[in-house]
Amino acid sequence: MTLLTNLISGLSLGSVYAIIALGYTMVYGISKMLNFAHGDVIMIGGYMSFIMTMYIGMNGWLAMLVAMVVCTLLGIMIERLAYRPLRGTGSLAVLITAIGVSYFLQNIALLIWGANPKMFTSLFKGMKPIHAAGGQLTITPESIFTILANVVIMILLTLFVSKTKAGKAMRAVSEDNGAAQLMGINVNQSISLTFAIGSGLAAVAGVLMLSTYPVLMPTTGAMPGIKAFTAAVFGGIGSIPGAMIGGLILGIIEIFSRAYISTELSDAIVFACLIIVLLVKPTGLLGKKISEKV
Amino acid sequence: MAERILKNISSRGLKNALKGNDYRKEATISYAILIVGFILLQAGAATGLIGHNLQGQFVPICVYCSLAVSLNLVVGISGELSLGHAGFMAVGAFSGILVSRIIGPSLAFEPAVVLISMLFGALMAAAAGFVIGIPILGLRGDYLAIVTLAFGEIIRNLMNVLYFGLDNGRLRFAFNHSIEGIENADRIITGAIGATGTKTMATFTWGLLLCLFTVFVVLNIKNSKQGRAIMSIRDNRIAGESIGLDVRKYKLMAFVVSAALAGMAGCLFGLNYSTLVPVKFNFNTSVLILVFVVLGGVGNIWGGIIAAALLTVLPEAFRQFADYRMLTYAVVLILVMICTYNPTLKARITGIWSKIKPFKKQSESKGKGKNKKGRKGAA
Amino acid sequence: MADKKDMRNERRDIDISDSGHAYENRQEIYYNDNVGGRAVFVDSKEQYAPDEPYNDQVFIPEKDRGKAPILEVKNLGIDFGGLTAVDNFNLTLGRTEIGGLIGPNGAGKTTIFNMLTKVYEPTRGEIFFDGKSTKGMDTVDINKAGMARTFQNIRLFDKLTVEENIKVALHHTTNYGLIDGMLHTPKYRHEEFRIRKEAMKYLKIFGMTKTADYRAGSLPYGAQRRLEIMRALATKPKLLLLDEPAAGMNPSETTELMDTIREIRDRFQIAVFLIEHDMSLVMGICEGIVVLNYGRVIAKGWPEEIQSNPKVIEAYLGKSRGKMEEEEEKEKNDIEAALRKGRLESAASGKPDAAGKVGE
Repeated sequence: MTLLTNLISGLSLGSVYAIIALGYTMVYGISKMLNFAHGDVIMIGGYMSFIMTMYIGMNGWLAMLVAMVVCTLLGIMIERLAYRPLRGTGSLAVLITAIGVSYFLQNIALLIWGANPKMFTSLFKGMKPIHAAGGQLTITPESIFTILANVVIMILLTLFVSKTKAGKAMRAVSEDNGAAQLMGINVNQSISLTFAIGSGLAAVAGVLMLSTYPVLMPTTGAMPGIKAFTAAVFGGIGSIPGAMIGGLILGIIEIFSRAYISTELSDAIVFACLIIVLLVKPTGLLGKKISEKV
Repeated sequence: MAERILKNISSRGLKNALKGNDYRKEATISYAILIVGFILLQAGAATGLIGHNLQGQFVPICVYCSLAVSLNLVVGISGELSLGHAGFMAVGAFSGILVSRIIGPSLAFEPAVVLISMLFGALMAAAAGFVIGIPILGLRGDYLAIVTLAFGEIIRNLMNVLYFGLDNGRLRFAFNHSIEGIENADRIITGAIGATGTKTMATFTWGLLLCLFTVFVVLNIKNSKQGRAIMSIRDNRIAGESIGLDVRKYKLMAFVVSAALAGMAGCLFGLNYSTLVPVKFNFNTSVLILVFVVLGGVGNIWGGIIAAALLTVLPEAFRQFADYRMLTYAVVLILVMICTYNPTLKARITGIWSKIKPFKKQSESKGKGKNKKGRKGAA
Repeated sequence: MADKKDMRNERRDIDISDSGHAYENRQEIYYNDNVGGRAVFVDSKEQYAPDEPYNDQVFIPEKDRGKAPILEVKNLGIDFGGLTAVDNFNLTLGRTEIGGLIGPNGAGKTTIFNMLTKVYEPTRGEIFFDGKSTKGMDTVDINKAGMARTFQNIRLFDKLTVEENIKVALHHTTNYGLIDGMLHTPKYRHEEFRIRKEAMKYLKIFGMTKTADYRAGSLPYGAQRRLEIMRALATKPKLLLLDEPAAGMNPSETTELMDTIREIRDRFQIAVFLIEHDMSLVMGICEGIVVLNYGRVIAKGWPEEIQSNPKVIEAYLGKSRGKMEEEEEKEKNDIEAALRKGRLESAASGKPDAAGKVGE
């Protein structure tokens, strides 16, 4: 039964990674950049939700909505101010700028909310965990909702990308920026939209993650950010189902290695798995093989 | 050397001597910056112009300068993004400390201890670089970057559970503190607490020597058969293969040499503190070194040195504004990146610059422009 | 084979007189085996040269016939995800032959180069380079074995200087290790001095010594193409593959290039195999020509034959059915004239056409 409990909490953690990884994967797909500030958007979302519930007394769900709006705007703003001026200048310049943005967000949070950890109140505070198998198996509402949210988001996003006009435009831009522009697609708009969706989802992921792991600090987003990025690469960066699969596998590996091998080494094991996957499949599980034309 | 430069100029003409990749010029500037910087800082410390806090930063400044140069070998010369440089630094630091503790008591001559420790640190880091490099160097671009990140994190994680101790002159180690045999030992490295009781032997002079050696090695490689092969593969992998260059071999070469130099720097860093925690070598440190490299201009050796020195000194100098210091750092970093890499802004800045320096030769400014473009491409 | 400068004309004489028999036979096959647009020219050893190991020997210039061919390709083919890009490609190239590979865009010419240099692994067939099968070799091994190439879209080491581009190619003959390179030992100095002189020697071939210190990426287009050829040559190949060496060059540059290619062949005694769209160059310097369309060989032969071959003309111009519209006719005549002009320009003696018929 502990195996099943671990599996469920692994899936739950993996779902959080998957939702964050979506932001990485979509942004990478469309603008070929590693957005290292994405993890810190999660943290900002967490703080927003925290303020709304603690100081304004808003309902948790409403607070999450506010956090989503704030993060969406933040994502658009970051892209507009920091990344757009550097579009087409090579990934290294944008990477460093993204790191600058990440420092900026962390230090802004440090100035406003201080270094002391805040205890986040779970979104599902009132609900009771489900006990099964004679009390041996406990499923928390956080787990259920996180996994559910992941599935719903994944379906909606896949539909959005494949069916809607805006989604198709996004795919066209990620395939060939220049050609898309020639076909009359507004590239700036598409990229902004991608950042908006990614950042909005980051807020959701932040709230869901903090519901299970409630410690909120300015650096809260950093490690999940890196892990989600790893998940995106694991599944094949640029691929939406890849992000989901990568996130889930990563979450399960992490929880299992914590439970059965070593807490201290869990991160090392997660990263080692990533390396092994990339050695076998150099573009991740679902990544497309890119061949250079000679 | 001067004679050779003269000969060079006379044989190709002064104008031609300035074109393309002039290694000698680069080397001269780099050594000059290091030596002048050293003299200035020493003079400042002697006259009391430089405070105690900043004096404590002398060795770290040298270490970061050296790291910026060695990372440039991978990022600038080999053209691969590495986000795990701090990992090699950690390997060098802890293995170097270990050696210094083992041979320290029996070897009275301190410089020998430092030298042996640094060489051992370099060796261990090179070994780590080799083990890591072999499987991953087939990966390309951002995938390689994420794997180096992963390795950096793995190394740090392993350091967290690694225990080393001396038990009556015997070296004992364990992967977990509960393992017997280590509890009675004189602990050198204690997991997440890190290395304790290290005799601080690092001096500013050692720092200078480290920097000089790193620059010497990196620039020499750049101007050798191996360096040319590495840069060729960076510029065009397929063409490199077509003229018979073993891509993996040369990428690995750059990676391993860079790791060895990072290990050496890490060792000096470790010998600068009596206690050293593994957290010091996390992802942020790797990123910090990368920032030095990029701000100094990818591939530009002396640019990296200046960036590393400034970015280590400035936050220290503005310590009284602790709250806003890192925020400003972040804003400055973003602004500098946008100003130096945004095409329109760059053109405007170059325009202003040429107005300030109207006597600047046209051919020279052309060369500069090409240089910038080159850097951008390398990214 | 007295004078090298007259090699081309001399060969042409041989072509018509000595190989007349083979030539006629081939013509027959063209017309007989014309089924469904497939490869017209099929292997049939008995018909051509029963005393020689391969029928393709027929296509080797007289001067190379005594020696083993530098390159033999048998039934080479490659599929990309079910799509056959190249099929049933056969080739025999003489030791010092200049061979040409022509065909419309997308015919698979560069793909063949990529298979020869193992950028792509062939799906079928065998390649024998200098008598040895290249099975299991990769691009690096191929170069070490003595095959060097240039690329259709120039691939120079842009940020290195012109001189360094050549020095990199001299890599395998530069004799010092990493430690020497790291510490700049006397051995390093000695070797660097030597290869600098050698690099200059190569640059002299195209008269590029003055630009030795320029960054390769800053050179004009034509100079970049020439540098790429020099770089390939500096690896001391036995066979030089040139992928559209004259692309983007003006007519006078092209003429100069033709002379240089011939000079390279004569001086280094190597074989050259080139892809080119400029017919004046192909007809001017190639001794044997292979025409490719839709991944299949549609004709092989000496320049004269190729120019008058109806299959080739059809491949380039499309098949004419019934009444042809005026514009089409005009276009066809223009191109035909261009083909003829190129040949006439190249033919020093200006012999009359062997076959003037066009189309069907």
